[in-house]
Amino acid sequence: MSASFDVLVIGGGVIGSAVARELSRYRLSLAVVEQNLDVCNETSGRNTGVCHGGFAYDTGSWKAKLCVQGNQMMGDLSEELGFDFRRSGKVLVGNTPAERASLEKTREQGIRNGVQGLEMIDSERLHRMIPGVIGQFALYSPQSGIIDPFGYTIALAENAAWNGVLYFFAHPATEAHFHNGIWTVIAGGEEFRSRWVVNASGIGYRAVSDMLGFPPYHVVYSKDDYIILDDRLGKDVPMPIYTVPSNTYMGIHVTPTTDGNLLLGPTAENTGDNRYYGVEKKNIDALVQNAMAIWPHFTKADFIRTYSGILAKWADENGVIQDFRMEVKNHAVNLVGMESPGLTASVPIARHVIALMEEEEKFPENPSFCPERPKPLQFREMSDQEREEAIRKDPRWGKLVCRCRKVSQAEILQAIDNPLGVHTMTGIKYRTHTMMGRCQGGYCQMAIEQMVEQETGEKPQDVRYCREGSWMFTGKVREAGR
Amino acid sequence: MSEMRDVVVIGGGPAGLACAVALFRLGVKDVLLLEREPQLGGILRQCIHDGFGLGRFHQALSGPEYAQRFIDQMVSLGVPYETDATVTEVTPERLVTFASPSGIRKIQARTVVFAMGCRERTRGALAIPGERPSGVYTAGTAQAYVNLYNRMVGKDVVILGSGDIGLIMARRLTLEGAHVKAVYEILPHPSGLKRNIHQCLDDYGIPLYLSRTVTDIHGASRLTGVTVSKVDERLQPIAGTEEEVSCDTLILSVGLIPETELEQDAGIPLDPHTKGAVVDEHLESRTPGFFSCGNVLHVHDLVDNVSDEAERTAQSVKRFLEGTLEQGMIPVTGGEGVSVVVPQMISGRDPVTFSLRVRKEMGPCTLSVRQQGKAVFSKALPKALPAEMVVATVPPGVFAPVGDVEVMVSC
Repeated sequence: MSASFDVLVIGGGVIGSAVARELSRYRLSLAVVEQNLDVCNETSGRNTGVCHGGFAYDTGSWKAKLCVQGNQMMGDLSEELGFDFRRSGKVLVGNTPAERASLEKTREQGIRNGVQGLEMIDSERLHRMIPGVIGQFALYSPQSGIIDPFGYTIALAENAAWNGVLYFFAHPATEAHFHNGIWTVIAGGEEFRSRWVVNASGIGYRAVSDMLGFPPYHVVYSKDDYIILDDRLGKDVPMPIYTVPSNTYMGIHVTPTTDGNLLLGPTAENTGDNRYYGVEKKNIDALVQNAMAIWPHFTKADFIRTYSGILAKWADENGVIQDFRMEVKNHAVNLVGMESPGLTASVPIARHVIALMEEEEKFPENPSFCPERPKPLQFREMSDQEREEAIRKDPRWGKLVCRCRKVSQAEILQAIDNPLGVHTMTGIKYRTHTMMGRCQGGYCQMAIEQMVEQETGEKPQDVRYCREGSWMFTGKVREAGR
Repeated sequence: MSEMRDVVVIGGGPAGLACAVALFRLGVKDVLLLEREPQLGGILRQCIHDGFGLGRFHQALSGPEYAQRFIDQMVSLGVPYETDATVTEVTPERLVTFASPSGIRKIQARTVVFAMGCRERTRGALAIPGERPSGVYTAGTAQAYVNLYNRMVGKDVVILGSGDIGLIMARRLTLEGAHVKAVYEILPHPSGLKRNIHQCLDDYGIPLYLSRTVTDIHGASRLTGVTVSKVDERLQPIAGTEEEVSCDTLILSVGLIPETELEQDAGIPLDPHTKGAVVDEHLESRTPGFFSCGNVLHVHDLVDNVSDEAERTAQSVKRFLEGTLEQGMIPVTGGEGVSVVVPQMISGRDPVTFSLRVRKEMGPCTLSVRQQGKAVFSKALPKALPAEMVVATVPPGVFAPVGDVEVMVSC
């Protein structure tokens, strides 16, 4: 195959998908090449899901500026694109005079960054907001929030696809050449020609940056381990509880998810391996110990899952972590060090990318661009009356497949028929939130797997759990006899 | 405006079936049983091995055969039931809401019998360190894939935990051509029934290693292997004992947890030890009109005991509906040698069937029941194993109307 595009985005994570979606506002032929079988398998789906306020970054930095912008637009984006977001607020708790002084400094920096509503609150107000928290005082950020990072990334990608962007999964970019004003990129063994290339490769940015002829950047991989707790606990923690941050690390925090689970993490350890997501026992123990110091109301019986994510940061020769870097050369846009707050800042980053491109070329508007992506209907969010109506129209709404999250057969079929053509088991998991509850798919996964086979026509041995190579079955136990 | 019923039984597995059938036989006919799956039978449907019903029917039945005996009675008696019906809510006032492809229905029940069974403890609940590849299955999930869905889960298999389903799956996967390398158990004794150790492991030459656990899981896509370590007496891994075992499949048989979500929503108090409801000898919870039986109450090893417990529940429901059931107010605790005991309360007036588990393996020993320190009942046991539930019935007229009760097992 040899296909030609105006812009080829390398990497379909939250930033790549935001760039693709924002570019689809223009009359351009667009494609995304993604190494995985879905859009949120690396950093975009492996984080805390916090919509950051923007107070923790140096004033004047891209991180501060784009994070504040992203935070401000997240409510509208969630309406427009139909994903879960709640402006929950967030507290950073402290106990000592030194911590108070540090939080005061953070507050002042936040005000300089343009963050609205930051205030120091006393113990009484803190405990009124979160009764079980440990802390004498806190910095309260009412604009901070929580996002469903899977839902958000998928929504951006689906809206991009709706507006004509082509997604190529299982297409890792391995080569790039610039000749006569045209880029030729080899991805998944196929040739893509494009007038523009955007490196949105996240954890893989260094390799792609090298491929595109940029100077060698010093990458620091920071690995974050987390524990997920039962969703019965979420109601007790209405907003993320953080400790006093340092310049580069936010500390171990306790964060509710939009599904009502609690997350404990992250650990933040430097690693040389950007593909290893294992969680070590010492980190599990450290997470428990540190989280207990701010919110001690859980036990091991509340554990549901552990996970890990990797942030690819950019550091100078002394190892000091640098700002986001966004640069253009030879019609290649290079995105360097896209780490936290990349989820919050993704759409402003995308808009800045386009502004950089438009310094060289004005793009014509796409008159048929549709910014809306309706949120998939969910049984768990419906009233009994709405459920009754949905079942009357389609009885499959009344067949609950997942008990933990009350997900109906209709929703799963809708997810299998997604616009990106993703049909891994985790693809269905991220779209429907089945297999994410306390039984971890013990009850529902067999029925879901059967639906995947039936709807896609895949053979049992071809069904993938998540990545290439993550087979579920060797095949049938036995073929049907005559 | 909602429909009324004397009894709603939630769950069409062995407990729900036996309870509903017994209710009908006792003359309580305004019953509705709700089952979320398309068929009745519950987990027995995937248990195609034999050994069910030895106590009750003196025959070694397969799981589906055992279930069918009750399903046949359901049908011949005409007990009303709904399949594909998932209960979404039970209120403390006993309003039961369920969804099915025919719509949303609400039933105001005079009594509710919880018979939802249990779920398996997962890898995440144990926080086993390592990567998250495919190929890590709970034993029941693997069993469902192999026996109900005709899907073969792997070739080179390691089993963690010597619970009964893990043992059964060791044999099942071997029979289907997989290489089951070993079973590892963290405890110093097996968790499953002795007969399953013999029939599922020994007969196939599958080694069982005690006091060992999986301490790391490898593989970015499909499982490539696990690290196994020896554990000390506090069950903590001992550094330096790690051993790498290559495999593409890890089966977890590491415990069952009563699925009490609906009970929790209804505000029913639970026992932190059994993880099921606190009940009296009538199987009634602390909230009048709510009953529990089977694995949702406490995890059983023999289905025969589940059926017996469900039938006793039916008798209590009948008495409740007649207005002659009194709640037990005398607390019961597990004493020396006992890890869990059901019931946790008794009335003192009726016969009491105690179901309990011992903490460690014992030879000839004595089960004794004391009230306020005074021995009121004892029974000699030839042996007692943590893996095998002890059941003993204390006749009426033994207990005083007040005074805490303690149940113990000692050599």
